Amino acid sequence: MILTRAIGLTLLLLLGMLSPSNAAEADLRAIIAKFATASNFSATEAVVRELAATGDTAVERPLGALAEGDLYVRKADSLVFIGKAAGGSVELLDPLSGEKSGDAAKSEITKIKVNNTLRRAVRDALGTLTLGAKDPAARIAAADTMFKTPDATNIEPLDAAIASETVASVKALLEQARAASVLVSDRPEADKLAAVALIGGRGDRNALSLLTAVEANSEGAVKDAATAAIANINSTLALWDAGQNIWYGISLGSVLLLAAIGLAITFGVMGVINMAHGEMVMLGAYTTFVVQEVIRNSFPGLFDWSLVIALPLAFSVAALVGLVIERGVIRFLYGRPLETLLATWGVSLILQQAVRTIFGPTNQEVGNPSWMSGSFYIGQLAVTWNRLWILVFALGVFAVLLYVMKRTPWGLQMRAVTANRRMAASMGIRTPWVDALTFALGSGIAGIAGVALSQIDNVSPNLGRGYIIDSFMVVVFGGVGNLWGTLVGAFSLGIVNKFLEPYAGAVLGKIVVLVLIILFIQKRPRGLFALKGRSVEA
Amino acid sequence: MPKSNTILYLDGVSVSFDGFRAINNLSLVLDKGEMRAIIGPNGAGKTTMMDIVTGKTRPDAGEVYFDGQVDLTKHDEAEIAMMGIGRKFQKPTVFESHTIEDNLMLALKGPRSIFPALFHRRSAAEARQIDDILGIIRLGDKRDELAANLSHGQKQWLEIGMLLAQDPKLLLVDEPVAGMTDAETEETARLLRDIARDHSVIVVEHDMHFVRELGVKVTCLHEGSVLSEGSLDFVSADERVVEVYLGR
Amino acid sequence: MITGRFFAAGADRRIAITIFILLAIAIIVPLLNLAVSPTSAFYVPSYVVALTGKYLCYALLALALDLVWGYCGILSLGHGAFFALGGYAMGMYLMRQIGSRGVYGNPLLPDFMVFLNYGELPWFWYGFDQFWFAAIMVLAVPGLLAFVFGWFAFRSRVTGVYLSIITQAMTYALLLAFFRNDMGFGGNNGLTDFKDILGYNVQADATRSALFAASAVTLALAVFVTWAIVGSKYGKLLMAVRDAESRTRFLGWRAENVKLFAFTVSAVMAGIAGALYVPQVGIINPGEFEPSNSIEVVVWAAVGGRGTIVGPIIGALVVNAGKSWFTGVLPAFWLFALGGLFVAVTLFLPKGIVGMWDSWRGNARALRAASITNPINGEAGTDPAVPPPPKIVRSAARTPGDWSASGPEPQPAE
Repeated sequence: MILTRAIGLTLLLLLGMLSPSNAAEADLRAIIAKFATASNFSATEAVVRELAATGDTAVERPLGALAEGDLYVRKADSLVFIGKAAGGSVELLDPLSGEKSGDAAKSEITKIKVNNTLRRAVRDALGTLTLGAKDPAARIAAADTMFKTPDATNIEPLDAAIASETVASVKALLEQARAASVLVSDRPEADKLAAVALIGGRGDRNALSLLTAVEANSEGAVKDAATAAIANINSTLALWDAGQNIWYGISLGSVLLLAAIGLAITFGVMGVINMAHGEMVMLGAYTTFVVQEVIRNSFPGLFDWSLVIALPLAFSVAALVGLVIERGVIRFLYGRPLETLLATWGVSLILQQAVRTIFGPTNQEVGNPSWMSGSFYIGQLAVTWNRLWILVFALGVFAVLLYVMKRTPWGLQMRAVTANRRMAASMGIRTPWVDALTFALGSGIAGIAGVALSQIDNVSPNLGRGYIIDSFMVVVFGGVGNLWGTLVGAFSLGIVNKFLEPYAGAVLGKIVVLVLIILFIQKRPRGLFALKGRSVEA
Repeated sequence: MPKSNTILYLDGVSVSFDGFRAINNLSLVLDKGEMRAIIGPNGAGKTTMMDIVTGKTRPDAGEVYFDGQVDLTKHDEAEIAMMGIGRKFQKPTVFESHTIEDNLMLALKGPRSIFPALFHRRSAAEARQIDDILGIIRLGDKRDELAANLSHGQKQWLEIGMLLAQDPKLLLVDEPVAGMTDAETEETARLLRDIARDHSVIVVEHDMHFVRELGVKVTCLHEGSVLSEGSLDFVSADERVVEVYLGR
Repeated sequence: MITGRFFAAGADRRIAITIFILLAIAIIVPLLNLAVSPTSAFYVPSYVVALTGKYLCYALLALALDLVWGYCGILSLGHGAFFALGGYAMGMYLMRQIGSRGVYGNPLLPDFMVFLNYGELPWFWYGFDQFWFAAIMVLAVPGLLAFVFGWFAFRSRVTGVYLSIITQAMTYALLLAFFRNDMGFGGNNGLTDFKDILGYNVQADATRSALFAASAVTLALAVFVTWAIVGSKYGKLLMAVRDAESRTRFLGWRAENVKLFAFTVSAVMAGIAGALYVPQVGIINPGEFEPSNSIEVVVWAAVGGRGTIVGPIIGALVVNAGKSWFTGVLPAFWLFALGGLFVAVTLFLPKGIVGMWDSWRGNARALRAASITNPINGEAGTDPAVPPPPKIVRSAARTPGDWSASGPEPQPAE
C-alpha cells in the first residue's frame, strides 16, 4: 500500500518535472512570435513581460539576444531568430534551442529595435526569471547580481521571490538584495534605516562599498546609520583580514614545512648539510610533470589521480638520487660539514643543469586536478582548495615521519646512530646502511614535497633554489635535531612573513624576516628548541 | 666560611642540563698555594666543575669566587684566563698546525689584544722564558716540530708547558697522565709537584698511583657534590668512596 | 728544525715571486697593449687586458675569502656581498661622473632616477661625485657591514655551518633589497653606461690598461698585507682559533675579536676587488649578490688551496679561465664542469693545487731528512730522566687540511 503510493508519488513528481518544458515550448514559441508583430517599443516590452511571466528559464536565450540587439525577424515568414553576423550574411539560430537553422542576407531580415528602457526591462525580467530558477545556486547568483546593481524596480520581483523562497540562506540573500534596492528607491526613511541595518549585518566588502555610496548620497538619519554601519563593518573586516593573514601564513608555513621537513632529517638528524635538497624538491616536481604528460597522452581519464600516482614515483626518484649522492659523495665527508656543503652544492649544480638539458630551461605546465582547483569561503575567508590540501598533506607527512622516527625500529636505529655512531655500530647496527637509508628518506620526502609544490609554483630547473635558504632558516630557527621545532619554525616564520607583508611589502617583509632570523640565531645559536647540555657545546 | 686567603671558593653551586643535575650543591675551598687532587667516578661532575670555574658554563645557583674577592660567574673564559686561571683539557688540546715554540709563544703572559699581536716582535726576555719552559717540559729539541707530530704524552706536557707560560695563579689540570707510560706518569707527578711550589693547582685524575705520588689532600666527588675529603688514605678508607668509586 | 726553517723560507720566496710577477705584468701587459703595434706577435689585444683585469679582481676576492676561510676556518658564503657593495660604491661614483651626458640629460640625477620619477638625489648619493669620498666608501661600507655582522655573529659564538648559512642569508637579503627599484640603486638593471673615471674615458684602451695595472698592483699589495698578517703573532693566533678555538679562549685571547678583525679586513679587501671590477666590466647589478656567486668564490679558493696565499689566486685564475673557455666552446657543459669541480675538489683535492704540490714536495724532502732527524731522537733517548716516548701516535684522524667545526674542539666528557 505504502509502496504503491510512493511509486505513484514519484511518477507524479517525474511528470511534474517533465511536463512544463514540453508543454511550455509551444507556448513560448507562440509568445516569441509576437515579437514579429510588435510595432513599437512598448509593444515589444509587453512581449518581454509576457515571456518573463512564464517563469521558464528557456526564455533567457531570446531575451539576452534581444538586449544585445541580436534578435531578428525574417521578412519572408515573420519567424523570429537569433542572428549572428558571419561575413556578409547572417547566421540564423533558433531562439530557444540555439541550433543553427539557416543563413540569410542582411536584406532578408529586420532587427528588432531596442532602447534603454527596453534593455532595462529585459534585465529586470532576466533577474526576476533567475530569481525563480529551480537551482538554488542560480537564485543566489541572481540575488548577488541584484545586490551589486541595486535598482528600485527590483523591489517588487524580489518581494515576490522572497515570499516564495523556501531556502533560508537564499531568502536572507534576497532580503539583502531587496534592502540594497530599497536604499536607491524613494521609499520612506524607516524602510531605508531597516535596510541599512540589514546590509550592515552582512558585513562584507560588497556591503561596505554599497553603504559608502549610501553615505555619500543621503543625509539625516540614514547617513548616520550608514556611517555607523560602515565603522562596524570595518572593524569586522579588520578581524577577518587578520584571519585571512593567519590563513595565508599557515599556508606559507605548510609550504615551508614541506620544503624543510626532509632537511630536518638530513641536516637535523644526520647533521649533513645538503645544499642539493632544493633539487630533490625540483626532481619531485618534474616527476609530477612527467606523470601528467603520460596521463594526458595515454590515459586522460586518470588525470584527477595524477598526483596520487606521482607521489610514490617522486619519492622513489628523489630517494634513489639521494641514495646515490650519499653513497657516492657524502659518506666520504662525514664529520666535515663545510666540505659536505660544498660538494652537495656541486651536486645541485649538476642536477639543475641535467634537468635543464633534458626538459629545457622554461617553466613546465603542471595542471591542478579538479579536486585541487577552485576555492570556497568561510565567512569572509577565502580558502583555495590547493592550499588547503597542501596544508593537510604537509601535516600528514609530518605525522608519518614523526611516527617513523619515534615508533619504528628503523627510526630507533636512526636516532641511535645519530646519538652515538660507534656505540650503535658495536651493537650490531649497520651504520652505513642506516646513514644511506636515512639520507634517502630525507631526499624522498623532499621529492614528495615537490609533488605538492608543483601545484602552486612554477616548475622550472630553478624551483629548488628558491626554497633552499628558506628551508635552512626554518630548520635552524626551529632547532636542529627536533622535528617539532621544524613544525613550529615553519608555521611561525610563515605567519610572521605574511603579517609583515601588508606593512612592508612582500620583498621587504622577507628581508625583515631574514634579518630577524639572523639576529635570532645570534641570540640562540642552537635554535628555538635547542638541546641544552655539555655534549652539544663543542 | 671566610673567603680571604682562599684561591678558589665554591659554595652551594648547582647546575643542571635538561633536568640532569651535573653539579648539586657543591662546596669546595682551595687555599692559596695548595695542590688538590680530585677523584670520582664518571659523571661525578669533575669536568663540569672546571667548566664553571673557567667560565664556560654558568651555574644555576651558588657562589664561585677566585682569590677571595672576584666573582667568577660574572666573567667569561678569556677574562677568567687573564685573571690567572689556566686549564688543561682532558683530551690534550694544542695548536697542531703550529710549532711547539709558537704554541708556547701564543700562551706566554702578555697583552691579549689584536693590534699588539699584529705588530708583535719577540723580545729577548720572551725567548728566554720559552727556552726555560721548553727545558722544564723537556721538548727543547723539538721546538720547531709541528705539535701535530707529538706523541700523546708529549702533547700533555706541551699543554702543561702552555699553562706555565700563561703564568696563572691557579692551574686546573684534567687527567694529565691519561695514556702515559708509568715512567712518564712519575715524571708528570714530579713536574706538578714542582709547579705546586709557587702555584695553586687542582688535578683531576683517575690514576690512584699518580694521586698517591702527588701526596696531597684529596676530594672525592660523586653525583655533583663532595662525597669525602681528606688525605688519600682517609678517603680511600671511606666506605662510601669504596662503594661508588674504588670498588672492593 | 732545519726543515721548518726551510719551509718558511720556501713560503717567503713564493710570496716574493708572486709579488714580483704581479708587478711585472702590471707594467708589461699595458706596454704590450699600448706601445706595440697590433700586427706584432707580442701585441696583447684590449679584450685580453679587460678579461685578465677582471680575473685579477676575482683573485683578490678569492684571497680575501681565503684569509677568513683558510686561515680562520670561517666559511663565508656571503663574500660576494662585500664585493658587490664595493662595486656599488664605485658604480655610484661612475654614475655621478656621467653628469648631463645621460639619455635624459639631467645634470644631477642618473638616468634611472629620472626614469623612476625621483624628485631629487637621495641623501646616500651625496658625496659620490668626489672620487675620494667614493674611495672611502669602497672601504667603509663592506668593512662596516662585516664589522657589525661579525660582531653579532662571533660574540654569540655562531660557528661552522650555522655561520655559513647566515652569511648566505645576509647576501640573499641584500640581493632582494637591491632588486627593489625604490632602494635607489637602479633596481634590477643596476648601474651602467659609465663614461669617465677620474676624467678618463672608461672605454679607452689607456684607461683599461691603467685599471689592469691598478688591479695587479693592488693584488700584489694584498698578497703582501695578507702575508704580513698571516706571518705575525696575530696570524698564528688566527690559525690557533681555527684549530682549537676554546683553547685560545682559555689562554685569555678573545677569539671573537680575533675573528672579527680578520673578517673585517677580508671584507674590505673584497670591497676593493669589487671597486676595481666595476669600471672594467662596465656594470654592477644585483646579480652580484646571488648566493651562488659567493659559493663559486669558495670553489676558487678550494681549487687553488686554502690556507695558502698563492693558492686562491691560482684557483681564481684557473677556474675563471676554464669558465671562459667552456662558455665559449661548450656553454651547456659549464655548470656540469663547475658542479663536478666542487665534488672533485672536496673529495680528491682537499688541500687544493698548492697544498698537493707542497705535500708532494714535503714527502720527498721528509724522506731525505729522515736520516738527519733520527740521531736527535736517539740522543733524547739517552737522557735517563726522560725515557723515549714508547710510540709516537700520530693523530691520524685529522690532516692539516681538515679543520671541521666538530673536530679539534675539546670534547669534555667524564
